Amino acid sequence: MSTNDGTIPVTLKLYASLGVHLPAGHARNEARVQVADGSSILDLLDAHKVPRESCHLVLLNGVFQPPATRGEVRLKPEDAVAVWPPVAGG
Amino acid sequence: MSWTGKILRVNLTEGTIKSEPLNMDWARKYLGQRGLATKYLIEEIDPKTDPLGPGNKMIFATGPLTGTAASTGGRYSVVTKGALTNAIACSNSGGYFGAELKFAGWDMVIVEGKSAKPVYIRIADGTCEILPADDIWGKSVWDTDEWIKKRHQDPMMHIAAIGVAGENQVLYSCIVNDLHRAAGRSGVGAVMGSKNLKAMAVRGTGGVKVKDGMRFLKATAAGKKVLQENAVTGAGLPTYGTQVLMNVINEAGAMPTRNHREVQFEGSHDISAEAMATPRKTDGKKNLLTNQACFGCTIACGRISKIDEQHFTIQNKPKYWHASGGLEYEAAWALGSNTGIDDLEALTYVNFICNEQGLDPISFGATVSAAMELYDLGLITKETTGGIELKFGSAEALVKCVELTGLAEGFGRELGLGSLRLCQKYGRPDLSMSVKGQEFPAYDSRGIQGMGLTYATSNRGACHLRSYTVSSEILGIPEKTDPLATEGKPALVKAFQDATAAVDSSGLCVFTTFAWTLNDIAPQVDAACEGDWSPEYMMELGERIWNMERVFNNRAGFTAKDDNLPPRLVSEPAQTGPAKGLVNGLATMLPEYYQLRGWTTEGVPTNETLSRLGL
Repeated sequence: MSTNDGTIPVTLKLYASLGVHLPAGHARNEARVQVADGSSILDLLDAHKVPRESCHLVLLNGVFQPPATRGEVRLKPEDAVAVWPPVAGG
Repeated sequence: MSWTGKILRVNLTEGTIKSEPLNMDWARKYLGQRGLATKYLIEEIDPKTDPLGPGNKMIFATGPLTGTAASTGGRYSVVTKGALTNAIACSNSGGYFGAELKFAGWDMVIVEGKSAKPVYIRIADGTCEILPADDIWGKSVWDTDEWIKKRHQDPMMHIAAIGVAGENQVLYSCIVNDLHRAAGRSGVGAVMGSKNLKAMAVRGTGGVKVKDGMRFLKATAAGKKVLQENAVTGAGLPTYGTQVLMNVINEAGAMPTRNHREVQFEGSHDISAEAMATPRKTDGKKNLLTNQACFGCTIACGRISKIDEQHFTIQNKPKYWHASGGLEYEAAWALGSNTGIDDLEALTYVNFICNEQGLDPISFGATVSAAMELYDLGLITKETTGGIELKFGSAEALVKCVELTGLAEGFGRELGLGSLRLCQKYGRPDLSMSVKGQEFPAYDSRGIQGMGLTYATSNRGACHLRSYTVSSEILGIPEKTDPLATEGKPALVKAFQDATAAVDSSGLCVFTTFAWTLNDIAPQVDAACEGDWSPEYMMELGERIWNMERVFNNRAGFTAKDDNLPPRLVSEPAQTGPAKGLVNGLATMLPEYYQLRGWTTEGVPTNETLSRLGL
């Protein structure tokens, strides 16, 4: 549900080297932010100046979003977007 | 060339030492390290032998690229019959010990029999001695390392040793080299302890000859360029280490939590790579000091950490105020999420003790989490634990457990049995999150379906390093697949298993494969080694090794029934995250996997398959 100002609340999680793009007041690499209703994942990332080329792993509510859908999928209230640069482990 | 062509055979029962030529026919079929040592082992031991008896042997084996200029060319493996699993065991380690063994002129050391008294083996180039270890029996890995170097006045030695846990045959004890690198899994340290062998200390001053020097340098330089320019191996791993996975796997809903009761841990961020790199509130310093590389490695994913000196774990214990091997993802998960503990400093201390006394932190943490569930259900009590209030989330309990298990004292002796034997003892074997007796690593297979098949079919018991499909299913390397789907996973698992077996036989680190394929590795092997080593031949070699290991396990008594998962993972759906409502689809994947492998429906390689692979 959007608020009166036409925005919706979502959670932005930026990890590893992308953490520097989190807004002030973030904790544990995540921040609750407002985005315009109808925004895509890319709109959200662009608004926070997260370089698109660094967004290797993008999860929407834990589910991988390939590059082709990041500009198409519309965010819903309370969605969580988590993003990593290229990382691995094991 | 690239192999030294010599192996050392040490019989501890007889006290004899022999040098033998390497079987080059086998080297051409099995390459080195994991493959070649497994070939030697299965030719020399009865598959049904007691892993802790004198009939078992253990082989410290390098690969042909160990000690060369190839990036990550410092690996060695310990191959034996596993104390924890009764299956084939092959535990791989980095550090500097493997390269030093090669510089001393040896491809492998085969250790046989059992010494009547504690001993250690000293190798200095072409000489080898079996020496009394009375003064170091009962000492930790760290104290043993220091004592041997002082004893021989040689700080340049590289030493692989067991701690008190291995001496007492804690079933998941490991062999630690260079203080905090480990041949970690399957209880290879317990096998070493059963032989009364405390340590192997090596000093080598020779080099490694390769077939075509110029071509080798070009091939290895090209390989290093690929690693450097790849965002994962060139930046991600050195900066954040494996621990960066903590938040990834939790977000994906595949984080085993509280003995796999749940698939997401509310405290994951507090024990992650990001937390390690953030100044502590208590003293303003970071847990993570720096990264560290093993021999020849241009990735440098290792972590070096320092604990807050005022933390309850090390107050008044200056011995632990120094920097040492920090948390890797697998340890942080097993000691943290799986026990419900979010105290980063406590986990770092417990990891230090695992290194100091030679414990596999995965199996240790998973065993404690199983014990915590038994405690939660009232099946064990404070009387059983010697007064420890063994609740999920208790860092104090975990710390007490590691101190006791490391010394094999009190309730630590029970924990030292591993989760399966412990849970069997208290009537709930289903609560052991293990396959073939070995505990799961850090991925819940309800959220990453391919890992369920990986665990069930792993020849050394549950393991992520036999087929790391997480790379594809979560990280998108080499290409993204759906972690929640079972379709295509049998072929994916088989491909990962075969390729990994080849890499594990080369002397290189499997982490290179986040950037390299066999197309990058084969030219390096081909330039270094006699013979023709194409990517296709390397893949065939990997398949041969996988089937050879399987035949050993079948002869040891394992059947298709052992290619299984605990009931929880196939009958209790995940409660949160993307996998909510899902169980692992092993029953769907396993028949297709057997078919792709060329095995019978009972999981036995057919004669046709064995013949095709030259077995």
